[in-house]
Amino acid sequence: MFRFADFSPSASRLSPLASRLSAPYRALRSHIDRWLFQLRGVETGSIVLVQRRIFILPSRHGMFYVGALLLMLTGSVNYNLSLGFVLTFLLAALGVNSILHTFRNLARLKISPGRVQPVYAGDHAHFMLVLDNPGALDRFAIGVTRDGKDAVYADVPARQSSCVSVAVPAPHRGILMPGRLTLFTRYPLGLCYAWAYVNPDVRCLVYPRPEAARLPLPLPEAHAGQGIAYGSGQEDFSGLRPYHPGDSPRHIAWKAAARGQALLTKQFSGRADTELWLDWQATPDALGIEGRLSRLARWVIDAHAAGLSFGLRLPGITLPPAPGNAQHDRCLEALALFQSGGQPHGDNSR
Amino acid sequence: MATTVDRLHPRHIGWLLLALVMVTAPHVERVPWWLTLLAITLLAWRLYISLYGLQLPRKWLLFLIAAGAMGGIYISYGRILGRDSGVTLLVIMLALKLLEMATLRDAMILIFICYFLVITNFLYSQSIPTALYMLCAVWIITATMVGFQFRTLQPGYKRQLRSAGMMLLQSTPLMLALFVLFPRVQGPIWGMPQDAFAGMTGLSDEMSPGSVSKLILSDAIAFRVSFESQPPPGNRLYWRGPVLWDYDGYTWTAPRVPYLVQRNYQALGNPVEYTVTVEPHSRRWLFALDLPARAPPRGHMTNDFQLLSQTPVINRIRYDMASHLSYRDNAEPAGYQLKRALALPPGSNPRSAELARKMRKAAPDERAYVTAVLGMFRSQNFYYTTTPPPLREDPVDEFLFSTRAGFCEHYASAFAVLMRAAGIPARIVTGYQGGELNTVGNYLIVRQADAHAWTEVWLKDDGWIRVDPTAAVSPARVEAGVAAAVPRTETLPLLRGEYAWLRQARMTWDSVANSWNQVVLGYTQDRQRQLMRRVGIDDATWQSLVTVMFVTAGAVTLVLAALMLHKLRAARPDPVTAAYARFCERLARRGVARHPSEGPDAFRKRAITAHPELAQPIGSISELYIRLRYGAAAHPADTVQLLREVEAFRA
Repeated sequence: MFRFADFSPSASRLSPLASRLSAPYRALRSHIDRWLFQLRGVETGSIVLVQRRIFILPSRHGMFYVGALLLMLTGSVNYNLSLGFVLTFLLAALGVNSILHTFRNLARLKISPGRVQPVYAGDHAHFMLVLDNPGALDRFAIGVTRDGKDAVYADVPARQSSCVSVAVPAPHRGILMPGRLTLFTRYPLGLCYAWAYVNPDVRCLVYPRPEAARLPLPLPEAHAGQGIAYGSGQEDFSGLRPYHPGDSPRHIAWKAAARGQALLTKQFSGRADTELWLDWQATPDALGIEGRLSRLARWVIDAHAAGLSFGLRLPGITLPPAPGNAQHDRCLEALALFQSGGQPHGDNSR
Repeated sequence: MATTVDRLHPRHIGWLLLALVMVTAPHVERVPWWLTLLAITLLAWRLYISLYGLQLPRKWLLFLIAAGAMGGIYISYGRILGRDSGVTLLVIMLALKLLEMATLRDAMILIFICYFLVITNFLYSQSIPTALYMLCAVWIITATMVGFQFRTLQPGYKRQLRSAGMMLLQSTPLMLALFVLFPRVQGPIWGMPQDAFAGMTGLSDEMSPGSVSKLILSDAIAFRVSFESQPPPGNRLYWRGPVLWDYDGYTWTAPRVPYLVQRNYQALGNPVEYTVTVEPHSRRWLFALDLPARAPPRGHMTNDFQLLSQTPVINRIRYDMASHLSYRDNAEPAGYQLKRALALPPGSNPRSAELARKMRKAAPDERAYVTAVLGMFRSQNFYYTTTPPPLREDPVDEFLFSTRAGFCEHYASAFAVLMRAAGIPARIVTGYQGGELNTVGNYLIVRQADAHAWTEVWLKDDGWIRVDPTAAVSPARVEAGVAAAVPRTETLPLLRGEYAWLRQARMTWDSVANSWNQVVLGYTQDRQRQLMRRVGIDDATWQSLVTVMFVTAGAVTLVLAALMLHKLRAARPDPVTAAYARFCERLARRGVARHPSEGPDAFRKRAITAHPELAQPIGSISELYIRLRYGAAAHPADTVQLLREVEAFRA
């Protein structure tokens, strides 16, 4: 693939030494980015690829092509081949023509962000882009890439639209934006590479990665605080099981532990008037914030899978118990955004 | 980065193979059979691999094949880097590359080589059929390249062909501009392979009558001539070529070093003016009617009135010429020249020598002797044929006394020997005689089949004079050409022209080909200068040409870009939207600009508040617009009404 490294505004490839030496370079670079490449950060709504936004250069094959033409021209001159001249000039004109065609293949496309499904941290977020072709020309082989390596392609027939799904790795929970995407095309001859940068305002919710270990759900508790005060008074003790890290200390069978046995956790069941609370406080401090959120995420998923009604308690946030998909989404969103300040992250550093 | 979209599909291979076969097919007749076989095998192998999804062959195997092919080519051609061997090598390497490539990226390189192979075909032929065929080939190659660019959709062959054809068509104006304006240079920039322009002539600078038992009547064209006025009659059309002086009893040869001192003759009457366009024949000969009045540019005239170009004629060249058909050679040749024109190898053709002495004794003077010998050819049973029996020892004896059948070479040779044996200096002139008038384009076509040989004898009073013994035997040969001279039993498929319509078709075709040669193929430095002068650019240097070329190319490209990008505009907004936009614009000029987020109803209210005096038209237009845009069933008449009211609304 033709790389536009020299034109890419990314300075990340610079060695540390070079980056220290190149402060003026970077200033110039950012100036060029803003002036030439029109990089203005995130854009909301639909983006129309006007002429000013499209850049075009010969591709590597285009360079080969030019070389081949020069060879053919020398041959024609040397052997005085009139038809050689005709062919060479026809191909040269074809090359020039392909610049226009390639440019036209991208020009005036309208890009609108589409829906994006939340993902778990560590997975890939799939950003949908709707490519809308208002003109009367079919567009073919329009590629979208984020990193210049992997690309997805779409064809957009005249007066229709197509969707492409751009996979973006989502390493952290929170809000993810795709960052700057490159729309490019080499159609129809592959001799030119036309590209445009878009940075659509589309956000993907990244849930914390659920803990891999499938821990049992926390014990349902009586109506918080006052539950013990009424009714039969005692929870239905259903049995003991080995202690797993993370079990609430309140449910450890301390008597058995005192007898020198291994740590056991008491299990309770069958309580109609108890509620399942997935509580920040019920997770051990040692896990750290992300670890605790991971565990809570696992619990939310498991509880939802088991069809239970559950609530979520986070410092400062309480979601009352409820069953269903909406509760699942609400809880995971709360976990995703917990203490993140709502700041999106993604490739906006570039 | 060989992703799945980058992989070659059997469809791609199919297109590539088609393109490859198209550009290499014309070479088949020129390369050894085993190379054709090898190329076909390699292509079939690649097709098989691609159809059955097999592994590509190992690199070392391909390397072995390449080395073997290179050895074979060296054995066949005796060289590697000649024209023929180079082309052959390129074809084989291309086939091998096909077996090695796995991605579209490699395939693109093959496309470029295919384009290059097109040009190699022009080394051999630049005729109209070749040009048309190669145009098709370029179309196919370009369509193949287009096919490589699709990523998700599998295009049909029609789309590929249409797309490529359209792009080639759009490229034509720019191509023409570049073709006309690119500065041409004269001749090769550097040396060419020695076999670059081999074997294209029916003439030679030596002649061995009797060695070939069949005259090859090629209808290939030697040169074309257009006369300023009426062409001379057929029996005056002697196109002078190499002059042969030396005879070893079997073969006549031209002097190795031509006598370059130019000689004068006394012209009788006005010269004939004409233009000759010579096909390339890789020798230095230029042709003109007996006797040329001057040497053409970049050429000179020898002492025996032969025209020689400074460099071998490897391209079709064109020159204006003038000749004196009636002349009198009055200069005294040097003694050594006359001696050379009298030399006969001792002891050869004894019976002829004897005959010559006898006849000379019987004749009162040299002139009478010449007439007597011609009379012998005419009256005795000599006859003209293109398939004479071969002659072995003492060919002139054998010819004169036993076979008595032959064509111009036999008669010229026998006549010259009889002259020399009788002490009359004689030499043989080869060249072409006659020609076919193309009535469509009004020019004369001289073919290789018109090659002829005649003699010149030196008489003390007259100098060198032309004597054509063939004319004595077969006047028809000289009057009407070789086709008329040979008996009907001998086959001459196309030359004879028995069918009028066929003849007419051939004439028309040759006329077209001639125009093609003159206009397209003959577009040289000189023609370019002429053309530039006609449009007002005198003394076109390459700098001025390059400037003009870039300006013109830029203009052509701009026009093309404007035409192409014009299509980009989104479909024209419908009349209702356009009319309402016009209405809003007119109000904006009045200071009431519609906000992007403002609905037509809200805008109406605001506009009426600002301009109460326009309440009626504003209200009416807005209401019509709202009804047309958002109403359940808008009536077409409403559109007309809206347009009329907006037109009338001159806020």
